[in-house]
Amino acid sequence: MRASKLLQIYITNNLVMNSAQIEIQLIASLVAVACAIPGTFLVLRKMAMISDAISHSILPGVVIGFFITHNLNSPLLILLAAFTGIITVVLVEYIQKTKLVKEDTAIGLVFPALFSIGVILIAKNANDVHLDIDAVLLGELAFAPFDRLVVFGVDMGPKSLYIIGSILLITITLVITFFKELKVSTFDKGLASSLGFSPVIIHYGLMSVSSVTTVGAFDAVGAILVVALMIAPAATAYLLTTNLKKMLVLAVVIGVSSAISGYWLAHWLDASIAGSMTTVLGLIFLFVYLFAPTKGVIAVMYRERQQQTEVSLLTFLLHLKNHTDNNERHINHLREHINWQKVTATRVLNLALKNNMITIDMNIISLTKKGDLFTSKAIDYIITNEDSQIEDMKDDFFLFRG
Amino acid sequence: MDLQEYISLVFSDYTLRTITFGTAILGAVTGMLGSFAVLRKESLLGDAISHAALPGIAIAFLITGIKDGNVLLIGALISGLIGTFWIRGIVAKTHLKSDTALGLILSLFFGFGMLLLTFIQKQPDANQAGLDKYLFGQAATLVESDVWMMTISTGVCLFILMLFWKEFKLLLFDKDYTKTLGFNTQLIDILITTFIVLAIVLGLQTVGVVLMSAMLLAPAAAARQWTNSLATMVFLAALFGALSGVFGTAISASQNNLSTGPIIVLVASVFVMFSFVFSPSRGLLFKQLRFIKNRRDLELHKTLAFMFHIAENHKNISHPHAIKILNNFQGYTRKTLQKLVKKNYVTLHGNMWSLTDEGFKTASNLYNQQSRHE
Repeated sequence: MRASKLLQIYITNNLVMNSAQIEIQLIASLVAVACAIPGTFLVLRKMAMISDAISHSILPGVVIGFFITHNLNSPLLILLAAFTGIITVVLVEYIQKTKLVKEDTAIGLVFPALFSIGVILIAKNANDVHLDIDAVLLGELAFAPFDRLVVFGVDMGPKSLYIIGSILLITITLVITFFKELKVSTFDKGLASSLGFSPVIIHYGLMSVSSVTTVGAFDAVGAILVVALMIAPAATAYLLTTNLKKMLVLAVVIGVSSAISGYWLAHWLDASIAGSMTTVLGLIFLFVYLFAPTKGVIAVMYRERQQQTEVSLLTFLLHLKNHTDNNERHINHLREHINWQKVTATRVLNLALKNNMITIDMNIISLTKKGDLFTSKAIDYIITNEDSQIEDMKDDFFLFRG
Repeated sequence: MDLQEYISLVFSDYTLRTITFGTAILGAVTGMLGSFAVLRKESLLGDAISHAALPGIAIAFLITGIKDGNVLLIGALISGLIGTFWIRGIVAKTHLKSDTALGLILSLFFGFGMLLLTFIQKQPDANQAGLDKYLFGQAATLVESDVWMMTISTGVCLFILMLFWKEFKLLLFDKDYTKTLGFNTQLIDILITTFIVLAIVLGLQTVGVVLMSAMLLAPAAAARQWTNSLATMVFLAALFGALSGVFGTAISASQNNLSTGPIIVLVASVFVMFSFVFSPSRGLLFKQLRFIKNRRDLELHKTLAFMFHIAENHKNISHPHAIKILNNFQGYTRKTLQKLVKKNYVTLHGNMWSLTDEGFKTASNLYNQQSRHE
């Protein structure tokens, strides 16, 4: 009895986080989820840099909205700023259409100009506006629990929780309702318009959602780190799967876990929460980039090396098949004839021996039955390019996996 | 303050002189190297690199503990280069596209830099104030040695650019050909990338992380509209960049509360807009005018051809016809008829028109125009 009570006190005092900490982590997680969903589609549509442009160019919208409402959390400000985001997209597309500059140059021209206007607006009205560019660009999650929503004198929790929560709710509803349309228009624009849903509407819908999310998230994590939360989880997930639903789920999981572990890293280092969330995201990406099973750098490099060896093997077997002369099949002769380095030659020989394709007798190499069959099949495949011939070889050799 | 007064102030006032020369040189070098970035379709690389430089600045400070500009610049240069080559690695080795790679490196490096900066700020030995000027840039903090540093770097860039001009140009427009000629494309590539990174890093202190990409892009994008020659483009971009620096500094000096960086970017954007609209060969205005003129010519030709087909059926080509019959024809308006008269293709007699010899000849050759020009 007494022990359990002591334990309870111990837990409340030490182990359990205080309510502000829980709230911060909750907000961070919601922001991560709200960003990861549109981010996935942006990455798949090759429009990742648009999110960077939007996150910068909402600044004038935020400033003007702040002039009008004097409240960073007002819905009007969010709509106004999101509208600036859409203007950015429209401007970028207009410049792209003139064909005066290459596509990405248009993005790079539009957002710094709009951002500059925002900075100047702030600087000119520094006396009236208590708005810091630092705050807009970098955000401060630690202050989020201080701005509370009070209804009829009852504390309902931090305001930003409600804002990001409702944005997330809208995003999820839209994604579920229009999942099929989004999917089709992302992967095949032509098919989408022939099926009767306008890619233009979906495009601007996605842009609007991204803008609103960016605005809703910027005062928690800052404009630049919104970009990280949008792109990094989606890109990491894309290295792990090619299934859209799985990618969405993975992106959300990666976003949330980096949000929570990032919070504790910041707590430990006494540094910016947004910065450490991004750092965790970066570490996760680095890890996946290196070690992802089929698309990671190490896997790709291994595959490339293996394919190289297998091409050499095929050349080697062909050579054997074409020459019956003992002289041509002598181990030393091969090295100078096919012009391989010693290491490559050994690797190829070993691979062939391991697969029982050759036998070596008194330094003379000859094809086995299996090797002979393999070579004929491979040549057949190269000539006819018919897949069915080599189905059984796909498991053993990277070369035939396309 | 009038212009003359301002110019004399530029030469007498230390701060104003330093900032003016600093931003002018910076504009010139970024414009020059930005031309290569734009033509290589790496426009947004500037944005990514300038963000990726932040952790380098922070780490350089953490290691050395001093706030010397040049040490921090070396840190920024290294981390910018790491970022650039990682972007290349992502694009080459995985199926992620370049926009994703750029956005990733940009935001992840910047976030890490933020973590380090806030970590440094909490350190007890508070010698770190002012590191955050690299975020937004403060042209006002430029000193003469910074300007010298920029001048020397620009000189080195210019020298190497001239020395390897042929190679750079070749690589820019035909990479495969360059390789077959036996040039070490990788080395040239690394060289030009390093210079682009260097230019960006040099500008961080003045215009800051966020606006640096515009310094790289805007002068080059403006210059591209006026010429199709690389040398002219590089020269024009350097000129536009330098002018943006000078005008931007002047405007921000003439009023209170105007930071230099954003003004320079806006001036450069004005250059871009002006070039987009008024460039004679590519500009929107002249393109529209040419479009209208072509349409008018086409209408004129259509009317002439219609008349020709009527006149063809008569022995005497100058046989007069009623104007009324033209009314059925879509291209016909009173204006086109008058123009045809002016060109001496058609003569009018009251309500009748008739083709002249010249008009008949032109009309019969209308569809042969292509072959005639050849």
